Amino acid sequence: MATEPIDMEVAGMCVNEFGGAIGMPQLCGEWFGNQIFWLVVALVAIYFILSRIALPRIGSVLAERQGTITNDIAAAEDLKVKATEAEAAYDKALIDARAEAHRIVAAAKADIQADLNKAIAQADAEIAEKAAESEKAISEIRASAMQNVEEVAKDTAQAIVAALGGSADAKTVSAAVEARMKG
Amino acid sequence: MAAEAHGEEAGGLVFHPMDQFIVKPFFGDGAVSWYTITNATVWMALAVLAVFALLVLGTSKRSVIPTRLQSVAELAYGFIYKMVEDICGKEGVKYFPYIMTLFMFIVFANFLGLLPMAFTPTSHIAVTAIMAFAVFFAVTILGFVKNGASFLGLFWVSSAPLALRPILALIEVISYFVRPVSHSIRLAGNMMAGHAVIKVFAGFAAIAAIAPLSVVAITAMYGLEILVSFIQAYVFTILTCVYLKDALHPHH
Amino acid sequence: MEGDIVQMGAYIGAGLACMGMGGAAVGVGNVAGNYLAGALRNPSAAAGQTATLFIGIAFAEALGIFSFLVALLLMFAV
Repeated sequence: MATEPIDMEVAGMCVNEFGGAIGMPQLCGEWFGNQIFWLVVALVAIYFILSRIALPRIGSVLAERQGTITNDIAAAEDLKVKATEAEAAYDKALIDARAEAHRIVAAAKADIQADLNKAIAQADAEIAEKAAESEKAISEIRASAMQNVEEVAKDTAQAIVAALGGSADAKTVSAAVEARMKG
Repeated sequence: MAAEAHGEEAGGLVFHPMDQFIVKPFFGDGAVSWYTITNATVWMALAVLAVFALLVLGTSKRSVIPTRLQSVAELAYGFIYKMVEDICGKEGVKYFPYIMTLFMFIVFANFLGLLPMAFTPTSHIAVTAIMAFAVFFAVTILGFVKNGASFLGLFWVSSAPLALRPILALIEVISYFVRPVSHSIRLAGNMMAGHAVIKVFAGFAAIAAIAPLSVVAITAMYGLEILVSFIQAYVFTILTCVYLKDALHPHH
Repeated sequence: MEGDIVQMGAYIGAGLACMGMGGAAVGVGNVAGNYLAGALRNPSAAAGQTATLFIGIAFAEALGIFSFLVALLLMFAV
């Protein structure tokens, strides 16, 4: 605070000669008028600043923001509905595609099965043919083998008879061999 | 009494906790007449400028996505608007600019007063009493204009037993007329008390041994004062709203 | 001599007046404590009662401020 002495007359009753307060400055009646006057000026100034400029502006900004938010929410709602629709369409497409794939797979399977069956049948036929041919060949071979055995047996029997000192005509030996082979 | 000794005690502890509240001319010396520009005037003007800066310059862009200053302004607007709407109801919204004026002035005068070497207009009874009495008279006149004689029903507690009602009415009347007194002294007293206590602690700093303690105490008090500055502005405003509600709906 | 006695009385009175602030402290603590107790039991209702809380605190502490004011008046204005 001010320490140099000031003029008592000018400073008034509420301040001593060193600029210190006498009593409570709040209760000094000399200063009331000044404070009240400037308080009223200040309050009126703030009131006009607020009611003319600031409050309508802030109110409109808040309202505008509220409107923007509401619009955005509505737009978001719209987009959400669209998204849901798109999802449904996508799901449907997916299901269709899956069904198509199933169908194609089934058709392919059927085709392959048919081809396979045909091929198997053909192969069976070929096998049967080959088996029949082999059968025939085997029976021919067997027949010729039988004949050979008979001839060999006749020859052998004749040779044995001759070796034993007997004589036998070919007719008798072959008849005996045939009878023996049948029996 | 103690004040006569001011200035003479050169050494030792010197407490002048009240000197910070002296009103003096801002330009030069001289008597304080009603139009003089004093330190009180200057700090009130700064409060007005601060309000202007926050609420007008801060919102000048009107951006939908607010800047920092604009969101503070919107926060203040929403805070007071909601308070008025919650307490006074829809009819009270008409008086929102008046209440906002009081709140912004008090809160900025309080906060600016916390700057070192500052003067706090709201620590003076003259200032707060004018605001409180303005609220009191406005609310009383409004009550009679809006409700006529039935405004007196505020004092007649119809839910009390009949025998008690006259006594209660007397108490209600007294408490009604004490309202502006407590309303103004609460604000001025809080501001004055905090500043005076800080000044007393500052006086202790003259002793080297307890100076650190004094600094800590000043810091703590300063933190408390920041809180008190806001709370007292809030309380002044909310009580204004409550009084306004009584004028608008006297039968609750 | 007479002035000294008056001054002494004023200082003693100021000290006595400061006791009133203790009462206000008890009152404010009571309001805030009861609010907290209630708020912990029913947290959903707490937010709506903060205004009442502050009004209650303001009324309680105003009385402490009155006693402080009396002390100041005795110290500086009597």
